[in-house]
Amino acid sequence: MNLDSKIPSGPLASKWERHKFDLKLVAPANKRKFEVLVVGSGLAGASAAATLAELGYKVKCFCYQDSPRRAHSIAAQGGINAAKNYQNDGDSVHRLFYDTIKGGDFRAREANVHRLAEVSRQIIDQCVAQGVPFAREYSGYLANRSFGGAQVSRTFYARGQTGQQLLLGAYQALSRQIGLGNVQMFPRTEMQDLVLVDGHAKGVVVRNLVNGEISSHSGDAVILATGGYCPVFYLSTNAVGCNVTATYRAHKRGAAFANPCYTQIHPTCIPVSGDHQSKLTLMSESLRNDGRVWVPKKQGDNRKSWEIPENERDYFLERKYPSFGNLAPRDIASRAAKEACDDGRGVGPGGLGVFLDFADSIKRLGEPAVRERYGNLFDMYERITGENAYKQPMRIFPAPHYTMGGLWVDYNLMSNIPGLFVLGEANFSDHGANRLGASALMQGLADGYFVIPYTIGHYFASHKQERPSTSHDAFKSVENEVNQKIQKLLSVKGGRTIRSMHWELGRLVWEKCGMARDKAGLEEAIKRIPQLREEFWQNISVPGGANEMNVALEQASRVADFMEFAELLCRDAHHREESCGGHFRTEYQTEDGEALRNDQDFSYVAAWEHQGVDKAPNLHRESLQYEEVKMTQRSYK
Amino acid sequence: MNIFKAIFCSSLGKKYIMGLTGLALFGFVIGHMVGNLQIFMGQEKINAYAAMLKSVPKLLWVARIGLLFCVGLHIWAASQLVRENRAARPSRYEVNDPTVTTFASRTMIWSGLIVFAFIVYHLFDFTIAPDYLGHDAKDRHDVFKMVILGFSNPFSSLFYIIANGLLCIHLSHGVKSLFQSLGFSTGQFRGWFDRFAVVIAWVIFIGNTSIPAAVLLGFGKEVL
Amino acid sequence: MKLTLKIWRQKNGNDAGGFVTYQANDVNKDMSFLEMLDVVNEGLIAEGKDPVAFDSDCREGICGTCSLVINGVPHGGQKATTACQLHMRHFQDGQTITIEPWRARPFPVVRDLVVDRDAFDKIIQSGGFVSASTGGTPDANAIPISKDASDAAMDAAQCIGCGACVAACKNASAMLFVSAKVSHLGLLPQGKVEKDRRVLAMVKTMDEAGFGNCTVTGACEAVCPKEISLDFISRLNRDYATAVFKSAWGAK
Repeated sequence: MNLDSKIPSGPLASKWERHKFDLKLVAPANKRKFEVLVVGSGLAGASAAATLAELGYKVKCFCYQDSPRRAHSIAAQGGINAAKNYQNDGDSVHRLFYDTIKGGDFRAREANVHRLAEVSRQIIDQCVAQGVPFAREYSGYLANRSFGGAQVSRTFYARGQTGQQLLLGAYQALSRQIGLGNVQMFPRTEMQDLVLVDGHAKGVVVRNLVNGEISSHSGDAVILATGGYCPVFYLSTNAVGCNVTATYRAHKRGAAFANPCYTQIHPTCIPVSGDHQSKLTLMSESLRNDGRVWVPKKQGDNRKSWEIPENERDYFLERKYPSFGNLAPRDIASRAAKEACDDGRGVGPGGLGVFLDFADSIKRLGEPAVRERYGNLFDMYERITGENAYKQPMRIFPAPHYTMGGLWVDYNLMSNIPGLFVLGEANFSDHGANRLGASALMQGLADGYFVIPYTIGHYFASHKQERPSTSHDAFKSVENEVNQKIQKLLSVKGGRTIRSMHWELGRLVWEKCGMARDKAGLEEAIKRIPQLREEFWQNISVPGGANEMNVALEQASRVADFMEFAELLCRDAHHREESCGGHFRTEYQTEDGEALRNDQDFSYVAAWEHQGVDKAPNLHRESLQYEEVKMTQRSYK
Repeated sequence: MNIFKAIFCSSLGKKYIMGLTGLALFGFVIGHMVGNLQIFMGQEKINAYAAMLKSVPKLLWVARIGLLFCVGLHIWAASQLVRENRAARPSRYEVNDPTVTTFASRTMIWSGLIVFAFIVYHLFDFTIAPDYLGHDAKDRHDVFKMVILGFSNPFSSLFYIIANGLLCIHLSHGVKSLFQSLGFSTGQFRGWFDRFAVVIAWVIFIGNTSIPAAVLLGFGKEVL
Repeated sequence: MKLTLKIWRQKNGNDAGGFVTYQANDVNKDMSFLEMLDVVNEGLIAEGKDPVAFDSDCREGICGTCSLVINGVPHGGQKATTACQLHMRHFQDGQTITIEPWRARPFPVVRDLVVDRDAFDKIIQSGGFVSASTGGTPDANAIPISKDASDAAMDAAQCIGCGACVAACKNASAMLFVSAKVSHLGLLPQGKVEKDRRVLAMVKTMDEAGFGNCTVTGACEAVCPKEISLDFISRLNRDYATAVFKSAWGAK
């Protein structure tokens, strides 16, 4: 497998400018001869589909939701970073670049990250032109806030619904192109597999979720913008429909999967209330600005929060990290909460939660001031838990939130399969081992609006290939495989529901490969997952048929892929014998409990090549070269 | 874009027609009430007022035709809208919870139809074929006596009071809606218009029904 | 707690459909409404029966996918709450709950409680955008926008396109949805340029889709999970009238 990152030569700051000039162009009149298949309609997919159609390419866009406006990018709350330096507080492209590299714990590609920081400025211009109602000052100029512990205010936001507003901007741009006939939209259509012809990605096989019809679409290139794989944990802050199917099937067709073990856990989510739980809800991290995190000092303490006297409470973040206290970074705060719960001191149902207490803030600032700052979050908390957080402490628990790993791509966002491009959360490229707050929206839009429109043309101009017809044998054989798989799922007729299998898998992955991992646990998981997979194929129950709307079948097909993917995730976590960013191996930590990187041996991207189910994948390494930045160890003591 | 098509064939345009004709009819109802209330100022005043209205037949006929035109358009637009509304919801809900909606807003078509029937009756009763066509001392149509005679019948009076109740239910929603349909109900104005509609509906109800009520209580008996 | 559920079942768009009654015996008050349905479906699947199809995705009240009429009220009647955020603690033990799909001609039932809201996408495609292609836009701070205008635009822009307004309206009118988008873009200088064209096109598409008309009952505003105000409908009426007259007058 050839992992050529195609990073342009020259100084870091001018690589992208130079590369844009070096990229070959497609003449305007020729663009309409090329057809691009875009899978996914979130920030990355919608922005790519719209922009490519504006340029003159013919585009087909697919999403499993009933409308492209519903993709899960919509749920992002906090904001979007951009190096505008409107606040005159010392921000710059270089600083955003550096913060992102450092935040990613020095496991991302310098050149990609620098490009991201460069185009971040254009994203804001573009979004404002589309009518995204970002927050403004009385002057009429854009407001910014500091987010996720950044030392500059570079985050643009639209109330607590930034993701929604940015997605609607991209959706509207996409809708305009659909209206003009430049994009053909296929909602309620799920990609089932990728089709390669002569080694190039030339099409997809999809299932119409309304009538079950399996069909093929051929194109000159395929773009996957299908998001991350958090639901491998079953419970996460992702939408219930989010899945790994598109990227994993591409992986099985030969695309390398990079760094799957880099997963991000968000510390302030509403805890699980019971086994019925279908998803977890995130609350803005800003709550930790005024809330104090604690658990009882005594194990198994079942008293109500207000019955526990002050001296029997353990404010563990303040105790362990005196200088940062309750504002310790996401991963540290998450792990500390897990440790307290593992120690039997967790609160709420199942002991899976810690208190986030506003009593002191209410005493200090008064209830109205707290309401002013967090009213909407307190309301949301009450809607879900039925508890009034003004009167008793909130309960919070960490939850999987974002996945930094994804399909391996080069600087042009093309995977190792020619013609297969991967954008947004689905690729691995920009966040290294950990993503900074408000950077996911930035990356999705950067890829779709400002990178792919340049790089895809280069691919077309340098690979003059016929677009195959869907009657080509390659399509027929993939369609057959897809149909067989569906029939196989329907014919098991066993005794377990998909949800119960997914739940069991998710719990295993969460326990062994969640916030903290160790060798023994991972080995156990790597042994256990194939057994679960075996049971899945022996004992699941999928009622209904293939040629109708069949929700159980949709879920079964997605969970089948998680059953394989989970093993890859654990294998990657097992092989990476260091701690970095979202990947924390308990064996590798400093005396203070900090992640202990091993730059000597692991400063590389781990790209896995599929060898077959039940076979260990091949590891390929793309080593990371740092020209500009010097690696450092972070400390939050 | 053809302006007539944009108004007569679009949903919003038809609502403008409802609103504008409604506004004209609402203006008439107010004027009608104010004119009629002169009955309390005595026989002389009301008969003089009636004679004044008839003194310029051309103007009177313009007004009558204008009102008829408004009624016609109002009904035409309403029938179109109702037809479209029914088509838009072909299957009904098993359980219906009207939530915040008012009785008036849900029954506009019924209150409107009944009020229309009443207006036809009313025109026959007092304008087209009045029971009483006598003249007063100055040889003017004795409207005063006609009204007192008409409302002396308790059934007739009761019918007028009920019909006015429906008219005012119709207006309480119609007046508020016309400001909405014509695009004026934003910001603080919404609250003002909403309250104005309810207040004016009550004013019209009390004003209009005060006449039959007063007659039933003995007002104007002396002319009989 | 125990509940009796009367759920609309319909095989596909051509099927007549009807209500089927189910017993839900292990309902926990901390479940969301959709999680309660998940549990019912688990039971159905275990019996080898088809689970009840219903739409949902984010389950945190922002994607606008879930679409249930619960006891006659879209999203179940809790203020500013989508069905996915509605929790069972608002129901009583032994209660009968009737669950129906959105009912409107432009929203045909696909299966059970799932409807097709393509008409909303069509409306946006006809004009619900700013025609700004990628690149070539001025600096984001080149045009100051008053905070008031920006906040008002954001109030309208919050619409999640769930269609509860249509479902609640006795006329199945889409005015609240259309007005929210027309106002969001029309209030901002970037969107003002093509304001007239936008409103004319979107209203035309809305009418063609077969939605009913607004009779100002206020049901839409009451059930809207994002509390979009009726003010925007008035604004839509104003914008459309202005656009019609301006177009008749000729371009200026």
